[in-house]
Parts: sequence; structure tokens; C-alpha cells
Amino acid sequence: MAQRVLACTGCHGREGHAAPDGYYPRIAGKPAGYLFNQLRNFRDQRRHYALMSGLLEFLDDDYLREIAAHFASLDLPYPPPLAPVGSAAQRTAGEALVRRGDAARGLPACNDCHGAQMTGRAPFIPGLLGLPRDYLNAQLGAWRSGQRRAQAPDCMAVVAARLSPEDIGAVSAWLAAQPVPIHSAPPVDPQLRLPLPCGGVDAPIGGASAPAR
Amino acid sequence: MKARKTSIALAVVAAVLLFLAALVAWLNRDDPTRPGGDLPPGVGANVATARAGSADPVARGEYLVRAGSCLGCHTEPGGEPYAGGRAIETPFGIVNSPNITADVTGLAAWSNDDFWRAMHNGRSRDGRLLYPAFPYPNYTRLARADSDAMLAYLKSLAPVARKSRPHELRFPFDQQASLAVWRALFFRPARFETDPARPASWNRGAYLVETLGHCNACHSRRNVFGATAGPLDLAGGLIPVQNWYAPSLTDNAEAGVGDWPEREIVAFLKHGLSARGSAQGPMAEVVARSTRYLSDDDLAAMAVYLVALPSGKVDRADERKSPPASASERGAKLYATHCASCHGEKGEGVAGAYPALAGNRAVDLSPPANLVHMVLRGGYLPTTAGNPRPFGMPPFATVLSDADVADVLSFLRASWGHRAAAVSTLEVRRYRGAASR
Repeated sequence: MAQRVLACTGCHGREGHAAPDGYYPRIAGKPAGYLFNQLRNFRDQRRHYALMSGLLEFLDDDYLREIAAHFASLDLPYPPPLAPVGSAAQRTAGEALVRRGDAARGLPACNDCHGAQMTGRAPFIPGLLGLPRDYLNAQLGAWRSGQRRAQAPDCMAVVAARLSPEDIGAVSAWLAAQPVPIHSAPPVDPQLRLPLPCGGVDAPIGGASAPAR
Repeated sequence: MKARKTSIALAVVAAVLLFLAALVAWLNRDDPTRPGGDLPPGVGANVATARAGSADPVARGEYLVRAGSCLGCHTEPGGEPYAGGRAIETPFGIVNSPNITADVTGLAAWSNDDFWRAMHNGRSRDGRLLYPAFPYPNYTRLARADSDAMLAYLKSLAPVARKSRPHELRFPFDQQASLAVWRALFFRPARFETDPARPASWNRGAYLVETLGHCNACHSRRNVFGATAGPLDLAGGLIPVQNWYAPSLTDNAEAGVGDWPEREIVAFLKHGLSARGSAQGPMAEVVARSTRYLSDDDLAAMAVYLVALPSGKVDRADERKSPPASASERGAKLYATHCASCHGEKGEGVAGAYPALAGNRAVDLSPPANLVHMVLRGGYLPTTAGNPRPFGMPPFATVLSDADVADVLSFLRASWGHRAAAVSTLEVRRYRGAASR
């Protein structure tokens, strides 16, 4: 399979590993359902990146599922993150949002869905570590502006709409400075409950810090 | 005296204009002789019945709509199939494809006669002249029964409410009068004429290639008015705006298949992949959305027709103006770094996975547009029954500069027996612009 997906690793790094200083996110070890959904979203124009959409345009679901499973099955060690950027105060604010959210603004904690270790939950919710800060900023910004979409109902669009540009900067700065645990494969969580309704994720609603509205 | 001369002159001019207007209107009238009718046995509707495996007009229509490649233009990327909304860029502005589902915003109110009028005469239900981005210069030769079956299928689709967007063409191309003049010059309703001296398979192939498949829409040159020389011209051309070169089907040094075994032609159209070559760029779309659904008999008929095309060498006058490519050290180094691990040190490729470049006629094409697109964007062949797990090439748009691409392509075009013109940095820049669309 690795021979068939050299088209992917050209940008996403050897074995989907990605360099921490680049823009392209790592894809190795991300949950298969998440990767499959993203491949479909690029192909079907819910996410926009001409090179990705062009590559995937004429590939069917079965093959996209196989490509997703291939990268999901890789469990690679990650190099330590780059030196933190931004101010300490910014990273503190970011950590607070990631760990606790902001109930007053209806913001769930990132941890509620993406796991206490932020390594995601199999098979649909991606980890947030080992990703370049620019990539995180761009994704949250794109969700906020409606440029990136997911399967409806699009819970990340709801969350991103409640984030200010400062919040996004803070969250990205903190996340990008965290190391990836040695075994970063996302755990399967049969007890998973989500604070918001999420398309493409098969889980009941009603998490610990479900927002009031 | 002078006033009288002026008024005579004016009257003459007015009479000439009136005559021209009347002529244009007359040349635009619907085909009076053919409300319908059908093709001889072996070519049209009756054959499609057998091929679609059903006499049910909806099943036949689905087969024909696929053979006519309707889906690609009539679907917005990521949108509902056949609900229209794809913006088709032309040198004259944007043509927005209409909704052709069974909704009132689509074809709900259309009768068989309305649909036939569009396919055969290029006029909409309300009498408006249609733009030839809709390939009615090809579809005009359709059999009436096939037209009826296609409408039956489209009307069987779930209705999607989506108002068709008006076109965004520049003046004067946005005027019906301009279109009437264009049609007077370049379009007449026509019928498919079978050639009794040829076998039935050749005639069926001609019907599919010239009429439904509208292959010449890409595989021929367009003049400054955007008109092709007609459905029989398959001598290759640069596709406007997309800037992919659709190679000549009559020149075996380009994409001609005169020396291909029939089974390889069928494999190419059915699976997008054959021992002789694979379907890249816009041809990948043709395979993915159209030819892979056709029966082996119909693909074989297309092969019979394509093999029998009169051969014609593409005039390479443009190319002779460019200097021949030379294998620079820089180009060789770039090739060794980025290409050789898959395509081989001597361009030999890996059978079944990475195409050989040595001896590959796509390497020599002029203009070198397709090579530039392939390097910049990479690509996957379409998933098909015969190639369900295709290999892919990575895009190098973010890795290689325009000068890098020019050097590595010039290296290819001067290596392993290739003797084509050099690729300049300027050319790469021009095609890179088109690639970012």
C-alpha cells in the first residue's frame, strides 16, 4: 500500500509523518474514520485545497477508506515540538480553553471530545498534537469563516464560530508546543459522549461540560 | 443632390443589413425536415437497447446519458448530480450549466419534442438559442429515440430545486444576435449518415465518438470564434482555459491508436489503464464519468472507428521555432532527486505501477502543457473495476520552481531517445497559472 500512496507522502512526509515546521499536517496514526471523512471532504469540496481535491477527484469511497486505514495503522514516534511561540500569557489562555473551555460562552473544552491526552478518539475524532501552529490556525480560521466544513451537523463550525481570533491564536500556540506521547494511537472510547451533535461521528450527546445552549 | 446620394447609400446599407439579418435568421431555423426519425439497424436506439441490457427507456437513457458525458458539466463540484451550477470557463466568459433534474427549475416541464429541439436544433424550450458549450453541434446527429430515452432517464432523477444561474459572458458574446451569427457560420442541424461500405461496428463507433461522446470538443483545434472544424476533426488541440493538450487521435506519434490492438483501446477506455498508456487529466474524467460504464461491444466499436481514422501527422511548425531540449546537469540532478525512485534511472518505470518515461509519447507532446500539469499537480488514475487501487504521483507545485520544472522536463525531452523541443520557464509559468484554478 505504501507504494500506492507516494502521492500523499510527497507533502505529508515519509510515511505520513510530516515535519513539525511545515504547513502540512501529519496523517500517520490519525483515526481511520477521521482520515476517511477528510479525504471525502476534499474530494467533495467541503474542504478546499486544490492539490488535494485534484488528486482525489476520481477515487471512490472504497479506495479512500483503504488509504485512510493505511495511514491510521502507522504508529510512529514523533520528534519534540519546536520551541514555543507567542507569549507565556497567550499559551496560558490557550491551555485554559483546551482543558476547561469557557462555559459562559458555550465553549466546550477541546479535551471533552479530543481526549484527555488530546490524541483523539478512534475512529472519528482526530488528535490535536504534532500539528504545526500555522496549520492549526488555518483550520480553526477556515472553520470560523465557513471555508472548511465537515459532515452536518458540523460541531466544529459551532465551536469555531464562538472563538475569537485571539482565542484561536492562543489555542494553536499552546497545542503546537505540546509533545506527542510515545504511543499516540487514539484510544477507542465506548463511553464517548459529546457536548455537541457531530455529523460523521457515531456517539450520543451529553458530555461532562455540555454547554448550556 | 448630395442628400439624395446619402439617402440612396443609406437605403442600400439598410437593405444589405436586412438581407443579412434575414439570412442569419433563416440559417438559424429549426430543422424543418426532421421532427425525428431513426437510424438504420445496428447504430442507434435499437443497439442501445441491447447494450443497456434493457428495453426500459429509463435504463437505456441512463446508459446514453453516460455515453454522452452529461454528468461532468451538469454537476457543480461537490453538488447534487445533474443539478447544474458548474461554472464552465470559456475564452468568452463563464457558461453556468443548467439544472437537468426533474424539478420545475430543471426539466420537469420539458416534453420529448422540447428536449429533441435542444439536442438537435440547439434551442431551449422557450426558443432561446443555446451556447455551443452544450455540445449540440455533436448531439444534433443523435437518433430521436435515443433523445427521448435520455429525457426519460433525466426525468426519473430525484428533482433537485436549484435555479439555474445566468451565464456571465462578455459583450458581445452575451447577445442572442451574436450567437445567431455564430450559428449561421458554424452550425446546421444534421443527421447521422451511416456508411454502408463500412461494417456495423464502425458505424456504431462513429455514432458514439462523433455524436454522444463529443470527442472532438477537446481533441481538435478551435478557431478564434471557439468553433471546431466539426465532429470528424480529431487532430488534437489545446483545451481552452484548462490548458491541457488533447492530443491528436489521428497521429500515432500523439494519441492515435492506429497501431494499438483493440483490447488495449478497450482497456484504456474501460479501466483508464492499458499496457500502452493511461488516462490522465481531463481524460481521467471522461473515463471516470463516461466510458467505464459502456459495454465491451460499444467500446470495441469505438476502437474499430478510432483505428480506422485516416492518419494525419500533426504539423509541428510551432515546435520548430523552439530550440531542441538539452539534458542539462541541473535537469539530470532534479530527475535523480525527485523522479528516478519511481520512474527509474533510465526512465524505465515499474510495470503496473509507475509509467515508463523512456519511449512514452506523452513526453514528446507539443505544447508540453500536460507534462507541466502532471509535475505540478500529480494525479491519481480514476478507480475503475479493472484498476480499483490506482497508484498516484505526488504534486510538485510546492517543491519545484518554474525553472526547476523547465529543466527537469527539458531533461526528459532530450533523454533515452526523446528529441523534443525544450520547455521554457515562461511556458511553465503560463501553465502553472492554469493549474491553480
